[in-house]
Amino acid sequence: MKYMLVFAETAEDLAKREGAEAPAYWAGWSAYVQAVNQAGIVVSGAGLMPPAMATTVKVRDGKRHVQDGPYSDAKEQLGGFYVIDVPDLDTALDWAAKCPAAAYASVEVRPLMIMGE
Amino acid sequence: MTAKAAARAADQAARQSYGRLIAFLSARSRNIAAAEDALAEAFRAALEHWPVTGVPQAPEAWLLTAARRALGKSARHRQVAHAAEPDLVNQIEEAIAMMESEKESFADERLKLLFVCAHPAIDPAAQTPLMLQAVLGLDAARIAAVFLEQPATMGQRLVRAKAKIRDARVRFAVPDVDELPDRLDAVLQAIYAAFTAGWEDGGELSGEAIWLGRTVLALMPEEPEAMGLLSLMLHCEARKRARRANGFVPLNAQDTSLWDGAMMDEADTLLRAAGRKNRFGRFQCEAAIQSVHAARRFTGETDHKALVMLYAALLRLSPTLGARVGQAAVSEPEQGMALLAALPEKSVADYQPFHAVRADLLKRLGRTAEAAAAYARAIELSPDEEVRRFLWARMAAPT
Repeated sequence: MKYMLVFAETAEDLAKREGAEAPAYWAGWSAYVQAVNQAGIVVSGAGLMPPAMATTVKVRDGKRHVQDGPYSDAKEQLGGFYVIDVPDLDTALDWAAKCPAAAYASVEVRPLMIMGE
Repeated sequence: MTAKAAARAADQAARQSYGRLIAFLSARSRNIAAAEDALAEAFRAALEHWPVTGVPQAPEAWLLTAARRALGKSARHRQVAHAAEPDLVNQIEEAIAMMESEKESFADERLKLLFVCAHPAIDPAAQTPLMLQAVLGLDAARIAAVFLEQPATMGQRLVRAKAKIRDARVRFAVPDVDELPDRLDAVLQAIYAAFTAGWEDGGELSGEAIWLGRTVLALMPEEPEAMGLLSLMLHCEARKRARRANGFVPLNAQDTSLWDGAMMDEADTLLRAAGRKNRFGRFQCEAAIQSVHAARRFTGETDHKALVMLYAALLRLSPTLGARVGQAAVSEPEQGMALLAALPEKSVADYQPFHAVRADLLKRLGRTAEAAAAYARAIELSPDEEVRRFLWARMAAPT
């Protein structure tokens, strides 16, 4: 079963990617990435550039509206994701709990839709 | 055995077998709703016939055979089988084959099902109802009534919870050792919630909850907190008759000759057995508090010092609002008032025990006018007519 781990990080969390806290921030992530890769469960995944780099597009009545910024102005923003293939929700929750974002932000775990079954 | 007792035993046997089969089928398919559908007709028939004809020799086999027959009939009747039905029939066939090949040893998966029902990924408001429905076969309408919900709302909540278990693939397993204490606590709490649901109305589900408590203990016989929970529930249940003797009677005024001494003895035996495991916990502590009250049947008095100590321990283990109000109730009036004053106003505004305890403390301090106001608020918040009448009488009684 495939699950997406959605890393929901605040602006303050994302700010740790640079500056004094950057070494600790990246050390945590690289250890995690290594563990996930070794487990052989990764379908896909990526870290995302900060929300300030986001552009949102809508098409209404055939007209394209392009706007600076992310689709939601919630406090927590999408910082990155993994799609993993594991036997059940509990295993996915274990991987979510191990990820650095779980310790300072939160991780949403969602099963992927199963198409054509 | 009287006819009534025999009927009750048959009802319990039907529910026990039903729960075992739901657990067995859904542990394989993760599909609780489908397992319920498959067994619905057979379970109805068992609840109807067993109290009259007696419990069959092999109750699970009886249910499965009846389920196969019912599914076959409905498929023929509708000519075109419902899309889900081949699945249901297969599941039943598989279970029958397994039962025949393994003879007596038919795995009891109810513990896994209990852990799934109280899984943290499941809506907390659905956990206890789901347990009552899947493990005990209570219908959604009755569950809704006990939890003061609209049947449709409760039905929806149960459907959603089952869909999540199936679609998100919640694991049917007893948790690992490191996770076990928290997860077991959730299971025990859900059972205790069933026990206390509608308690003011006579604890409609208390018998079912005790039975679930017995089931958990049978499946985890070494677990001290499971013993503690069962002990706690038995102590409270043993006072049921005394509590409703000619109107509501509070614990300290109950006639101990109306208590069920045998049930209290069982509760105390369980508590001692739990103590020998050397792992104290919230439910053992709550049971110990009840055990102190129960000792009045021998000594004629209540050991308040012991209660104060146990409440202090309970607050360290589980600082719930109920525990904090309970501690105030067994304290000296001045100190009790200070404990109540420390509680966040917002969380106690509509909490009946807070106002009832506060009223009593104020009365004992001779602050009559304030006491009357507190009684009035407690009366407003009591859904139970007899409790209201009792509080009116307390308010009017001389200090």
